[in-house]
Amino acid sequence: MKPIGITRPVATGAMALEILGLSKRFGDVAALDDVSLTIPAGGVHALLGENGAGKSTLVKCLVGFYRADGGTILLDGREEAIPSPRESSELGIGMVYQHFTLVPSMSVAENLVIARGSLPAILNWPAERKALQAFMETLPFSIPLDKPAGALAAGEKQKVEIIKQLYLRRRLLILDEPTSVLTPDEADEVLGYIKSLTLSGQLSVLIITHKFREVTAYADDVTVLRRGRYAGHGSVAALSVEQMADMMVGGQLSRSENTRQARKAVADQSSRLVVENLRAEGNNGLEVLAGIDLAVRPGEILGIAGVSGNGQKELVEVLIGQRQKSAGSMWVGGQPYSASRAEQLRYKVNSLPEEPLRNACVGTLSVADNMALRNYDQVPLARAGWLKRKALRQQARSYVETFRVKTTGIDAKMNTLSGGNVQRAVLARELSHAVDVLIVANPVFGLDFHAVAETHARLLAAREAGTAILLVSEDLDELLELSDRIAVMSEGRIVFATAAEQADVRLLGHYMAGGHERGETTA
Amino acid sequence: MTGSGLGLWGIPLEVLAGAIRVSTPYLLVSLGECITEKSGRINLGLEGVLVMGAMAGYATSLASGSPWLGVLAAGLVGALFGLLHGLLCSMPRVNDIAIGISIMLLGIGLAFLLGKPLIQPQAPTLGAIPFGFWSDSPQIRSALQINPLFLLGVLLAFVLHYAFRYTRWGMRLRIVGDSEDAARALGYPVLPTRISATMLGGFLAGIGGAFLSLYYPGSWNEGLSSGQGIIAVALVIFARWEPLRCLWASLLFGAAGALGPALQSIGITSAYYLLNAAPYFLTLAILIATCAPNRTLQGAPGELSLVR
Repeated sequence: MKPIGITRPVATGAMALEILGLSKRFGDVAALDDVSLTIPAGGVHALLGENGAGKSTLVKCLVGFYRADGGTILLDGREEAIPSPRESSELGIGMVYQHFTLVPSMSVAENLVIARGSLPAILNWPAERKALQAFMETLPFSIPLDKPAGALAAGEKQKVEIIKQLYLRRRLLILDEPTSVLTPDEADEVLGYIKSLTLSGQLSVLIITHKFREVTAYADDVTVLRRGRYAGHGSVAALSVEQMADMMVGGQLSRSENTRQARKAVADQSSRLVVENLRAEGNNGLEVLAGIDLAVRPGEILGIAGVSGNGQKELVEVLIGQRQKSAGSMWVGGQPYSASRAEQLRYKVNSLPEEPLRNACVGTLSVADNMALRNYDQVPLARAGWLKRKALRQQARSYVETFRVKTTGIDAKMNTLSGGNVQRAVLARELSHAVDVLIVANPVFGLDFHAVAETHARLLAAREAGTAILLVSEDLDELLELSDRIAVMSEGRIVFATAAEQADVRLLGHYMAGGHERGETTA
Repeated sequence: MTGSGLGLWGIPLEVLAGAIRVSTPYLLVSLGECITEKSGRINLGLEGVLVMGAMAGYATSLASGSPWLGVLAAGLVGALFGLLHGLLCSMPRVNDIAIGISIMLLGIGLAFLLGKPLIQPQAPTLGAIPFGFWSDSPQIRSALQINPLFLLGVLLAFVLHYAFRYTRWGMRLRIVGDSEDAARALGYPVLPTRISATMLGGFLAGIGGAFLSLYYPGSWNEGLSSGQGIIAVALVIFARWEPLRCLWASLLFGAAGALGPALQSIGITSAYYLLNAAPYFLTLAILIATCAPNRTLQGAPGELSLVR
């Protein structure tokens, strides 16, 4: 017990962390079961695992969001209980979250100042600004202090999140997938800077990531979790990427060697989906699509790469009828197309939007109803305006069986299904009939390995069957694996296009990061 | 046309004086609502709080003989209604808009019920500050009779403008209203901040009500408020949650409301009722102009149920 009223001397420099036998249960589910790991002062430790492996639970115990049911946390060799986030930050632990914690309508300067936690009753802005500017000069990159945080690009936001932790002089930094919204170059810049701080003994780092490239480049040690349990550990230098991946999936590496499967060439037919000079405004009224030109042939997958926030989301929204275009034209099979329900039906345009529960389903309706959203008012599910529930349920039953949707029944509400099964249900609805054009956005976001492999296989099968597929994804590996051609979107334009087979990842990254000369390309 | 010595110059003067008079309740209520909405809650019940404040202020002034005591009582009753709104909305799955509407109906109904005996007697009302003492013209003198609550509102608008940026209180309010996650991560208490912001909003709305019964028109009756409390809520949106813009917007609405009576005073009566409806047309026009379906509002607090 520490005496009340005496504050401990403020330690500086990197902190050593030791976790022993940490456990956390939610009801009957063991989210974390007897997990241990050690980070020496100045070390960089990577935490690997699939979704739901317990990585987030572990770090939430460290920052005081959850209280562990069992186990010990030692900081610099001293046992600490971390009852709340406030305690955790007083101890010098900082966390950069997967989602942003900046206050959107406040400026970067305001965000940095409030992060300190204890504000004076009246703020002395001139003095604060002076201190901030002096601090910013020590950084290898610059961020505009007066911009509202909400107006920053995703990469900039992530940098501010990390800068915030440095500004608070954290001694242990926890990074939760910090580079998921950054280009490879931006990720190297940010992680390289953090690595230099650890090497100079200012910081220890625990990083959650999915990217093996970052583990091998920046981490010293790695711990792998699987289903809440310790699944392996080792020095990064001594482990191969294959060994790490093997630990993650539990010793049954099902992933193909990341090589593209052999496929037949795209037949030289006229394009099925054509978009010309498409423009649209974003939610803030500013132009987010600044003249998009693209064309997709039957049996072709056109991949759209880009850092999120460059208009990909809005492009998909326009194509599937969720957003009005402000100019330009869209054609399907030579006919003008405006994404109305009637046209989608007539031209067989289907879609697999991101976050399918939100964008493609009605969560409070049953699985059966959701599976009929495309055709509930068509023969044979309806006649003369009257629905035939029996036929509708029949269709749902056959979809559930063919696509192996795990549900308690076709009358279960859609929002009770897991992410992978929502995806299967939507795949079933969208791909069970002949499809001419398929619009797909980040189809495997948040899915486990099995659901990813299955989704990819379905997309490739649709391609074989002659569907023209537009695949928007933030995952470059996914695009390289599936696409026939890859186009890069930046600032609402297509800035680069290439055949996927000869694509140079560095070059794609260069264009994704905005390295174009205002040139416009047609994909 | 008119017996004034100022001729047509009387119209802008009338409109200005009217704008100051009519805008005072808008100003006080909208500043209060601005504080509440900055914390991430919307209180639609301010119309009821306004009427309740008018009744309570009048009754207190009548009983005590001091109109300023009446103003204080109106504020306290308003804060009480704010507390009720704040507490109810802090319960899980309670919607602040629905609660706001019930508070509005409760406030109006309660005020009418308790205010029945107040319709006849005349309570002491608030005096004005004669800023026109230097002039001989009776029109200028009467136009520059400025009520102290307006001055209070102007002062408050400037104070709030700086307080939102330069004080711990203001920063905390904005953080809570903009991002509940960030507020929790920083260890700020979300619900107490919102409840106190709603109370403060109710306090100011109550004072706005006291203006109606204790200054202009300066009596209690059931037709006292004509939706000022509701219009003030729309006005906060129009003002993009900025206290200084609340001031300008209130004056604009006040001027629109004063146009009809000003023209009538010089004998133009043909469009009297139409001109009296000007503030309502203005509200509609502003809401249509600022609320396009596929855009979110700039500057809106992120936790507001309007924008979520």
